[in-house]
Amino acid sequence: MAAPGVEERAAFADAMALLGALIGAGIGLALLLGSRDSGMAFHGLLFMLAGLLAAAFILQRSFDGNEPPEASNDYMDGPIRVATIAAVIWGIAGFIVGDVIAWQLAFPALNLDLPWTSFGRLRPLHTSAVIFAFGGNVLIATSLYVVQRTCHARLPGRWAPWFVVWGYQLFIAIAGTGYLLGITQSKEYAEPEWYADLWLTIVWVVYLLVFLGTLAKRKEPHIYVANWFFLAFIVTIAMLHLVNNATIPVSLTNPKSYIVYSGVQDAMTQWWYGHNAVGFFLTAGFLGIMYYFIPKRVERPVYSYRLSIVHFWTLIFLYIWAGPHHLHYTALPDWAQTLGMTFSIMLWMPSWGGMINGLMTLSGAWDKLRTDPVVRLLVVSVAFYGMSTFEGPVMSIKSVNSLSHYTDWTIGHVHSGALGWVAMVSFGAIYCLVPWLWGRRGLYSMRLVEWHFWTATIGILLYITAMWVSGITQGLMWRAYDKLGFLQYSFIETVEAMKPYYMIRAVGGLLFLIGALIMAYNVWRTVRGDEPVDAADQPRIAAAPELRLAPAE
Amino acid sequence: MKKREIDDVTGVETTGHEWDGVKELNKPLPKWWLFTFYATIVWAVGYWIVYPAWPTFTGYTTGVLGYSQRATVADELKAAQAAQGQLRDLLEKTPLDQIRTSPDLLRFAMAGGAAAFQTNCGPCHGRGAQGFTGYPNLNDDDWLWGGSIADIHKTISFGIRSDQKDARISQMPRYGLDKLIDDGQINDAAEFVLSLTGKSTDPAAVAKGRTVFADQCASCHGPDGKGKQDQGAPDLADEIWLYGGSRQAVIESIRTGRGGMMPAWAGRLDPVTIKSLAVYVHSLGGGK
Repeated sequence: MAAPGVEERAAFADAMALLGALIGAGIGLALLLGSRDSGMAFHGLLFMLAGLLAAAFILQRSFDGNEPPEASNDYMDGPIRVATIAAVIWGIAGFIVGDVIAWQLAFPALNLDLPWTSFGRLRPLHTSAVIFAFGGNVLIATSLYVVQRTCHARLPGRWAPWFVVWGYQLFIAIAGTGYLLGITQSKEYAEPEWYADLWLTIVWVVYLLVFLGTLAKRKEPHIYVANWFFLAFIVTIAMLHLVNNATIPVSLTNPKSYIVYSGVQDAMTQWWYGHNAVGFFLTAGFLGIMYYFIPKRVERPVYSYRLSIVHFWTLIFLYIWAGPHHLHYTALPDWAQTLGMTFSIMLWMPSWGGMINGLMTLSGAWDKLRTDPVVRLLVVSVAFYGMSTFEGPVMSIKSVNSLSHYTDWTIGHVHSGALGWVAMVSFGAIYCLVPWLWGRRGLYSMRLVEWHFWTATIGILLYITAMWVSGITQGLMWRAYDKLGFLQYSFIETVEAMKPYYMIRAVGGLLFLIGALIMAYNVWRTVRGDEPVDAADQPRIAAAPELRLAPAE
Repeated sequence: MKKREIDDVTGVETTGHEWDGVKELNKPLPKWWLFTFYATIVWAVGYWIVYPAWPTFTGYTTGVLGYSQRATVADELKAAQAAQGQLRDLLEKTPLDQIRTSPDLLRFAMAGGAAAFQTNCGPCHGRGAQGFTGYPNLNDDDWLWGGSIADIHKTISFGIRSDQKDARISQMPRYGLDKLIDDGQINDAAEFVLSLTGKSTDPAAVAKGRTVFADQCASCHGPDGKGKQDQGAPDLADEIWLYGGSRQAVIESIRTGRGGMMPAWAGRLDPVTIKSLAVYVHSLGGGK
């Protein structure tokens, strides 16, 4: 029997959640009826439907007498399961759009001469889908999973974690459909307009509170290193989001807004945001994943506690300064360019601290690279992390940047980080999480993980090598002068020179996408409850905790 | 909770904490890592001393080298101009028709013209100046507005049907759209035009078309259809077609009047570049 008061508190929580959902639906209805912009009215409709669905869900749960009473220290995994599945679905959507625009660059006719399918609208759809929809859901899933396990505490709130996960999906739907309809504030990686930004702010604050609440309830004396990284990610993203989206809407029923900064201040704010989105979303957050899933999967202690402290604090202190290297040789003052560049160089070793800790944690377990493809995904991701965090400081050097900037080299660099590091570590984490969350004896098939690993790895290598060659070719052609001081090549010639590399890149992207589809199939079969076809090949750690055999001592 | 133990594999002590089965080793920082980190900091501090680096209340630290990106760009531009200086000045002063007399000057004008052509003209005329439907081929000697170097220079400077007052302007009537003649007459006129190059298959229509042509077309295109360059009226008897030589394309030309547009480059490009372009286009094969 539950303690007195528990039922009353649950009823109160249900009532508040229901009220919130209905207010949300009401705001959606107001936008639907009030906005003369058809795109914004459509978003009002989405908002209203989401609010009504949430209300129905809350009512159904509230009156469902069969709900099993949950012990207060049980972990709350429902929202994590949703975010895990969402990550797989959004990931595939984002990879498809990415490969479509890769083919568009090689064959412009694929733009189809329609506004909705033009490169200009699909490109932010791709970047947001892979970074925020795929990466964001992986981060939400893993952070909420890890913080509960390493704190020995359940997520606080009856509805708050559900709100974080579903609210985030609503943000993705509003942002993504907005791009296709032409609603954008044209700031890279911060394209969603003011009302989507406001919604994300609410979701993110609740996410922060859920995370902090779990830390506060922890039964472990110390906070595990993965949680420092997750917390740095959540807090910093909140700050970046608020500062870079300080806009004034034209009116409450108009999707358009204008940023309060102008000129070079606006550019600097944008790249302070943009670079730290890389630093705190794609680096710090995923280092949090690395710090839990690698030692857990290989069953070895983290290589160096001291290194984890020192590289954490140096990383977050130095990263926040590095943004100006995106604006070398622009109207940005010399001194700001210098700071951006020097802090990027100093960032090299703090970044590598994470790589060392990730790789060296395998000492005594290197054989698992051969036997466990999930470990291989995780470790190769760390290797790509090391490569791209070396390449980044090199590209921040002004004289290198004068060649690399505006070329495909930048695109290659981003993708060696995004595909090699972020996506590979995410795949590794998803392969760990799915049997653990759904209580399975292991993954449906380890062989399919092997296939995923190799198609993805070959795809990444094709992608980044094509972009290196293409980018350096482009940079050299742009700066070539003949003996008489005239440009050697026209811009069209440089575009023509890119074509073979664009095709290689698109093929690489296709392989990467095929790998992800293999993963989706494997995840689906595992979730459905199919017995592993190669159980003997799977390590004991692949099974859900309650099904694991005791370690052979 | 705090029980330090020795890890069997590495022989290193753990920190004694454990989270969900995960432990940490109490390893010191790798020496090479630490010293490389220090080295990057020393390098950064050195860079701050040498280059502009830190903002102050009144400005910023300028660095001992006195480096300025703006000054560097200005110097580089000045140097680039100086390197071209003599030939540039000479090209500016030399009359168009005498540029060919100096091999050095010609080489300079050709190089500058080629570079400017690729960037400014290539998007419509093609990188090889081969043209596309609606955009003339500049390699042949079939000119709409004249192929002397002075004609070419004027066309480039002021454009065709551009917004410049000195633009080359002419407009073929929209015979079909404005219902100036009926569809049958258009068809007959087209057959006659095709017959000029032996492409017609309908002698009856050609005979009727001859009258239509004489009434409507000959004043600009000439009685024999050989065109008039002072009016930009194309030669219709040379098998070179701007909008295609199929029956359908010729009918469409008569129906809509066509009339492509070329922008004026005077004001967008400097006079020396325009001169170079004229020399370059004139040299492509068809210059008169």
